[in-house]
Amino acid sequence: MNILISTCSQGLIYAILALGVYITFRVLNFADMTAEGSLTLGGSTCAILISNGVDPISSVLISSMVGAIAGLATALLHTTLKMQEILAGILTMISLYSINLRIMGKANVSLIGKNTIFKMVGNTQISSFLVGLVICSLLLLGLTWFFKTQIGLAIRATGDNEQMMRAQGANTNLKKILALMISNSICAISGALISQSQGYSDVNMGTGTIVIALASIVIGEALLQKDSFIVKLISVVFGSICYRFIIFLVLTLGMNPSDLKLFTAILAAVLLSLPNIKKVIKRGVKNVGN
Amino acid sequence: MLEIKNLCKAFHKNKSDEKVIFEDFNLKIKSGEFVTIIGGNGAGKSTLMNLISGTIFPDRGKIVVEDRDVTKLPEHKRAKFIGRVFQDPLKGTAPSLTIEENLSLSMLRNSRRTLSFGVKKNNSEFFMKELEKLNLGLEKRLKTKVGLLSGGQRQALTLLMATITKPKILLLDEHTAALDPSSRDKILNLTNEIAKDEKMATLMITHNMEHALNFGNRTIMLKQGKIVFDVKGEEREKLDASEIQNSFNF
Repeated sequence: MNILISTCSQGLIYAILALGVYITFRVLNFADMTAEGSLTLGGSTCAILISNGVDPISSVLISSMVGAIAGLATALLHTTLKMQEILAGILTMISLYSINLRIMGKANVSLIGKNTIFKMVGNTQISSFLVGLVICSLLLLGLTWFFKTQIGLAIRATGDNEQMMRAQGANTNLKKILALMISNSICAISGALISQSQGYSDVNMGTGTIVIALASIVIGEALLQKDSFIVKLISVVFGSICYRFIIFLVLTLGMNPSDLKLFTAILAAVLLSLPNIKKVIKRGVKNVGN
Repeated sequence: MLEIKNLCKAFHKNKSDEKVIFEDFNLKIKSGEFVTIIGGNGAGKSTLMNLISGTIFPDRGKIVVEDRDVTKLPEHKRAKFIGRVFQDPLKGTAPSLTIEENLSLSMLRNSRRTLSFGVKKNNSEFFMKELEKLNLGLEKRLKTKVGLLSGGQRQALTLLMATITKPKILLLDEHTAALDPSSRDKILNLTNEIAKDEKMATLMITHNMEHALNFGNRTIMLKQGKIVFDVKGEEREKLDASEIQNSFNF
């Protein structure tokens, strides 16, 4: 039972990251590598604030704003300097490595003995599950509302068909900047909560997390195939929780923890290519029929 | 209405493969005019549309719309008074959004987008009325994703979206070229209805000589960035499609 709850709550905290990545990857159609950097940025900012006595909730909020700045950096590299999206993200991500070391002053900051959001609500496994659940639900509601507004719709349409949006009188660069800022501030919130939940922040905590987020997104899409926007967001959260259970399962089956990143990457690759594999199989069957 | 003065445009400027498209190009179009543009590949038809819409900018010269110099105005700002339909039916709509959401976005063309809801209930009646004019049964499918529609349906929707806020200029770049004959005729007739608006100037590129003469009230032909042929009124009515085709052989 305890393992069940702790796996779920970990899934919920990482679901926040997956939701952030979903905004760029699926809604804006922008492969944003900044996410890994802004997750660590959120974690290190939050850890340093808390260890200096700032209350945990304000620390999370400040971290999210700092994350938005990271998103802005990538967005400006892409929109004003016309850099390729992947390259823009990688440049920001790499710069953030140094910036995170600057923020923390060392490679990791411990939160042992400090107050965290999880301690504020009782520091039991159930309570950390509830914290994750509440934050995820708020985020789901907020994002569903936002992407139904005029600005949100314009962002979705920009990801869908940028040329059309410009022809419809929208400054698509502004839409991209906004979406990247929102996405990275959400990634930073996730990082802030991860550091509070594990009790420390580490300069390498972001490495490979974008693959975890992608895996969660595609697992969710494989589970729930619905057209409505809120269901798509919910499927991301489900995907993240499922991912944690899959990891738990393979670890109990005896997989070496150091192989997890490889396993996650293969899982994401297989699920991402599933639609194409299905097509090939269908075509193959047809050819045999002919 | 639309005035193009001394326009110059070259691609790959100052490089060995420099290609001059327009040199000192002039064109005046009045409101209420529906101009069909013909000309071979590379004559500068699409470049002209891209220059008018602001997708690309001229090297020299001026583009004036209703006494306002718009030469330096970016594309998204010109979109307030310029409606466009592209050749590719997939280019004019957002496939993962519904018909209603697409139309709502085009309604916001003249105003700043805010955080109020994108789809407004009191608009749906207006949308249904407008969609009914298309005669495609789309008025009953407001909640359908545009990606599920056929090319002809999407092009009709694009045409509606391009003109729903009554632009001053409507640019049609071979907008029926990718459609089957029956959808093509539908879209052309629809275009004709919309272009009757006296306050709007319409420019339509086509490769079909008959369409060029049967639709609209003025026809110009471009060749290597120059107007080689500009007819309207009676003179135009006397023209025969095959005759032009032969005399200009393209």
